[in-house]
Amino acid sequence: MSDAMTALATVTLLPPQGMVTLRADLGDATVRAAIETATGHAVPDTRSITGTGEAGLGWMSPDELMVFTDREAAPALAGSLAEALAGQHHLALDVSDARAVFLVEGPGVREVIAKLCPVDMAPGVFGPGELRRTRLAQVAAAFWMESETRLRLVCFRSVARYAEDVLTNAARPGTAVGLF
Amino acid sequence: MLILTCPYCGLAADETELSPGGEAHLKRFGPGSSDDAFTGYLFHRENPRGVHFERWRHSNGCGKWFLAARCTVTLEVFGTYPAQTTEPPAAILDAIRAKRPDWEGRA
Ligand SMILES: [Zn+2]
Repeated sequence: MSDAMTALATVTLLPPQGMVTLRADLGDATVRAAIETATGHAVPDTRSITGTGEAGLGWMSPDELMVFTDREAAPALAGSLAEALAGQHHLALDVSDARAVFLVEGPGVREVIAKLCPVDMAPGVFGPGELRRTRLAQVAAAFWMESETRLRLVCFRSVARYAEDVLTNAARPGTAVGLF
Repeated sequence: MLILTCPYCGLAADETELSPGGEAHLKRFGPGSSDDAFTGYLFHRENPRGVHFERWRHSNGCGKWFLAARCTVTLEVFGTYPAQTTEPPAAILDAIRAKRPDWEGRA
């Protein structure tokens, strides 16, 4: 998988990503239609993501979605979601500044995550299309695979340095376990 | 390691992804209740050696509260169910009785 000289994966803090947190009853057909019209993306199934981490919808809980969009477009999108859901019990809020996004890229992405999270990262169990909220060492995080060698991870900005450090440490050259 | 399946996101979450919330199905006594009833609500817990009903939160996951029935001796889990449930569902009780025929039910 990787030799003693190369890192299992590279860890890169991405530039600010627009994110709107949306809370509403995702089981309600009117709510779903309003979200799909306002965002242009299908409401994701449980624990999945539609679109991408740059423009898409991530499932957070039965009544919460994370809406990904351009950083500049986030406040306006929060506004149009609130408009589209007027009369429905909901919350739409620009939370872009609250979060940090990392790109973890390399042949060892599954191992890097498996070292830090209580998640079965075996191929066939977890793969692209699924979004996982979990614990990254000692902090909350969410991640999804864009491909077999590319993974995006979101955490609170207040713990971004910690997340970067533990990810980089887990990806250190010569630390491959060879589990997958 | 305790592993509980969150009824909201369907994940078999290990306990490091969860936060405990104490005994489930407590009856709340508030304003107007007797001092004894309020004391019981605040402080008196079953703490059984065996079958127990508990509240848990998928805190490092979907964030939802749910309920679980498990054995405090063996950590065997009989089942989990949504928090919007005032009594243990029949399926959970059946699962417990199948494994613990001598169980006398909730006190
Ligand atoms: Zn959950």
